[in-house]
Amino acid sequence: MFRDAFEAFLTRHCPRAKVRQLESGTSVATLWQLLVESGFLEIMASEARGGAHQDLAETLPLLYTLGAHTVPLPVGEAIILRALPTELLLDPARLPTLAPALTREPSGDLLAPRVPHGMIADDVVAEYDGEYWLLDAGQADRLALGLHNDTSADLRWPLAQIANATRAKVEAPVGHHLHTWSAALYAALLAGALTRCMELTLQYSETRVQFGKSISKFQAIQHQLAVMAEHVAAARMAATYAFASGEHTPREIPAALAKARASEAVTVVAPIAHAVHGAIGITAEYDLSLITHRLHAWRITHGSELYWNHLIGRACLQGGFERAGDFIRAMVAE
Amino acid sequence: MNQLLERFEAVRLPDAAQALRHEIRHFLSTELPPNPIDQQARSWMGFNAEFSQKLASRGWVGVTLPRAYGGAEMDAFGRYVLVEELLMAGAPVSAHWIADRQSAPLIHKFGSEAQRRFYLPRICHAQAFFCIGMSEPDAGSDLASVGSRAKRRPDGGWTLTGRKIWTTHAHLCHYMIALVRTSGTSQHRHEGLSQFIVDLSLPGITIRPILDLAGDSHFSEVFFDDVELHEDALIGKEGEGWRQVTAELAFERSGPERIYSSIVLLDAWIQALRNNGDDMHTQTLGRLITHLAALRGLSLSVTARLAKGESPTVEAALVKDLGTTFEQEIPTLVNALIFSDPGRQLPAALVRTCAYLCQISPTFSLRGGTREVLRGVIARGLGLR
Repeated sequence: MFRDAFEAFLTRHCPRAKVRQLESGTSVATLWQLLVESGFLEIMASEARGGAHQDLAETLPLLYTLGAHTVPLPVGEAIILRALPTELLLDPARLPTLAPALTREPSGDLLAPRVPHGMIADDVVAEYDGEYWLLDAGQADRLALGLHNDTSADLRWPLAQIANATRAKVEAPVGHHLHTWSAALYAALLAGALTRCMELTLQYSETRVQFGKSISKFQAIQHQLAVMAEHVAAARMAATYAFASGEHTPREIPAALAKARASEAVTVVAPIAHAVHGAIGITAEYDLSLITHRLHAWRITHGSELYWNHLIGRACLQGGFERAGDFIRAMVAE
Repeated sequence: MNQLLERFEAVRLPDAAQALRHEIRHFLSTELPPNPIDQQARSWMGFNAEFSQKLASRGWVGVTLPRAYGGAEMDAFGRYVLVEELLMAGAPVSAHWIADRQSAPLIHKFGSEAQRRFYLPRICHAQAFFCIGMSEPDAGSDLASVGSRAKRRPDGGWTLTGRKIWTTHAHLCHYMIALVRTSGTSQHRHEGLSQFIVDLSLPGITIRPILDLAGDSHFSEVFFDDVELHEDALIGKEGEGWRQVTAELAFERSGPERIYSSIVLLDAWIQALRNNGDDMHTQTLGRLITHLAALRGLSLSVTARLAKGESPTVEAALVKDLGTTFEQEIPTLVNALIFSDPGRQLPAALVRTCAYLCQISPTFSLRGGTREVLRGVIARGLGLR
């Protein structure tokens, strides 16, 4: 039900033309205001905080929709942060984001590299030394990565500013890293965008006529689309592990599995989408570019598949499991 | 939203299936023949009648059949766990394998009551081993080209002529379920085909084992020279063979056997890595675990549909194509990694397992429907054909 309502909301307020405007630098303030007022950002928040307290599995379809629409705002981050401890969110009107990492430079400065939405975010939540920190992004030096249609940035808080910029610190719950939330979120966004990518490609293959018939009738195309479906299905299945039914906080290994599988799927799905579309898929005007642009960006945001696969491999070896199957069954509640 | 994708849902194994896992592990800890890992890697090619009979004595052959016929009335999830545990342990399951997963369900669904009463208890007691006679020298993926023929005799029986090839362990089995033509020609495609239960001890049958590239002879060629079949050798309806064959495809294309063919190598490699493995090894291990986790979820999702009595053929094709790709990647990746250091000491059994799987793994995407056939099935499911 939330999914359908959210789909309708995004179709109305954030259609493709709007996505293009926002990506090219138009102010996000109006859309953000609408999102804040819509209540969708409270889907996971507790009832005590006026939220719908949906569990992870109930939230997943909404995040798929968000990914499919490639909304260039930190909507997923806002949803997650409203489900975290209260102290981490000062003002719901402010744009929050999650930093992949926060490190102390030799100079004493704090650096958060490649923060998604880093150029437009008001607040940054990061994990540092066993704590979740809320930092005022407005007091950071922002260095845009300079990617086309992308607001990712390196954020640096000079030593002298850190005390003033630090709005809150809370102890991280034992065993709950912030990167688990980030991995789960971006896995879901990827799975949603991968699904949309497949839909666009299927539609195009059926309408594009060459050699007197739609190209979907050629076996070479059909087999590529079959492979695409396999990888999208695998990415979606992996995402369901991160968004387990009855749970409100993702667990690390399932989230890692989800992010790794969805990220790798990008490397298969995006090339097939472009191969089937031909040159039209490369144009800015055609919608495929919106999707594959985000697929490539989200694949590496918060770590590529190699980062998460390494974490998984290490956990298996250190956990003393004799078999891969035993490890998986222990990690994903079955 | 594409409907095919929506039909895959996260599934939890029922408690009964979870409990069964412990029982099976306990059984295997005492009854599993002590084989080196390269023999374990042959798993569902490994023929061991004694082991199959031990499984049967626990009631674990023909498990999904009704109790009236000697089965355990287990659901699809129970069977999933049983197969998963057997394959992860590298157990030699080939003797009862085909009867358990294909022949018995077929006889139960399409056979006469007399056929059920005769064959099913024997299958459940691991006293009747079956093979499948589908492929012929001129009929591989194009099964409608089957040329073996059964002609009705005046006494009601049938006379069978022709030959089958690539039949797994025909020389060790008691019966074959053969798909043959009873009317028309290959021009009639899927019409005019019928299925017969052929007693392989009958006069006129010659079985020639075929040596494979790894030095094993698991498959064989079977010649039928005017073999006289009794009237009740026909299973199901005359001319309905094709529909009977395809009705069961979802069962054989989505299960653990399409995921775990190289699992013995993966697990042996994990043991070897525990002592020494660099980042690249750890990443690759993580990647294989990631793929396995997603695949297992997809496979269980299909199992849930089977448990409801559905026949999700397209979803099963998707799982099999992705699953066999995974099975084939394991030896390729592990081979590259364990031999990345020419000076490294390695257990000989691990080297043999790698070599065996590298050579045999192309069969994973041939048996039970080739990759090309499966992708055609998926394309049809996507509405492209």
